Amino acid sequence: MQSVSNYSTTRGWSKSKKACMTTLGVLAGGAGALLYALESSYVQAGDLELHPPHLKWSHSGLLDSFDHASIRRGYEVYKNVCAACHSARFICYRNLVGVSHTEAEAKREAEEIMVEDGPNEKGEMFKRPGKLSDTFPSPYPNEEAARAANNGAYPPDLSYITMARHGAEDYVFHLLTGYMDPPAGVQIREGLYFNPYFLGGAIGMAQALYNEIIEYEDGTPATQSQLAKDVSTFLKWCGEPEHDTRKRMAIKAVGLMTILTAALFYLKRYKFSSLKTRKISYKPSSKDN
Amino acid sequence: MALGNTVYNLLFKKTSSFMLTVAVGAFAFERGFDKLTDYVWESHNKGKLWRDIKDKYE
Ligand code: HEC
Repeated sequence: MQSVSNYSTTRGWSKSKKACMTTLGVLAGGAGALLYALESSYVQAGDLELHPPHLKWSHSGLLDSFDHASIRRGYEVYKNVCAACHSARFICYRNLVGVSHTEAEAKREAEEIMVEDGPNEKGEMFKRPGKLSDTFPSPYPNEEAARAANNGAYPPDLSYITMARHGAEDYVFHLLTGYMDPPAGVQIREGLYFNPYFLGGAIGMAQALYNEIIEYEDGTPATQSQLAKDVSTFLKWCGEPEHDTRKRMAIKAVGLMTILTAALFYLKRYKFSSLKTRKISYKPSSKDN
Repeated sequence: MALGNTVYNLLFKKTSSFMLTVAVGAFAFERGFDKLTDYVWESHNKGKLWRDIKDKYE
């Protein structure tokens, strides 16, 4: 410390000048911190919609994998409920293999749909049962048909929906369970429904999930919140299928980096020990020898 | 330092055996490290992974 203060550029300053500069610095730093805090705070008083609170998902933690039984149930919900209006055209049946279904099961799922293929040798298109490489079917041939069937609202493709909305799976869960009567004074147009989590509050999708609307093959009680939780987990997997691999690699990366850090720390101390302990002596030569 | 000397003479002294030690050591380390980290992952997430539930469907 002593030698540092000897070289300081403020050595010649008077006491009052030092106090003045310190105050200035603290004020400038404080103002910067305040600006940053305001900028990144979640208070958005301009909007009226509710921001979904964070839920504790089974995959929330740094080392937590997806609950694959939940993905499987979520697929059931998607297939039996959501797929009536929504497409998920970036997901193939083969993606289910080793995640929520065995290969034989995924093949059976795929064979349930009919896919247009062709042309055959006569130049005609034909229908065939789905294969593992086929994508999930779309309920409407195009966006116009989808809008026409849904009062002008377009049910978005659900493949990447958790990546495309603030709040991700928290948002999907609350959207599906958040339907309620509009509060006094709020007018909702015919064909729209009140949902405080949706931007603007009036959504073109009717409430889709009710208790016992489907029966789970594994016997889990199909309450509304269970259905919403499972389909949200499934959609999270659709959007981030690499999620489990990513976290598994994180364990490996952190472990390896820790070992390397320790080794490098030792190497640095080892190499510097001789440099730091050396003394340089200078012996001026005099004219007489 | 007897052990250190033996290791040095046997493994590190000749460039050829040194390179072989590096290659074999890397392989052995990787196997062990992967086993360990996969064990951490699989025991931490026991019951949630596909490998834990797939027996029900096969
Ligand atoms: C009756 C048809 C129908 C069903 C069934 C349906 N949806 Fe929708 N969904 C819509 C329509 C229409 C919209 C567009 C709403 C709008 O933009 O006002 C929509 C929008 C959405 C959105 C986007 C909301 C946003 O922020 O833009 C999500 C997420 C969604 N649906 C999820 C689901 C899930 C999950 C299911 C299955 C549990 C489901 N939907 C079932 C018709 C449906």
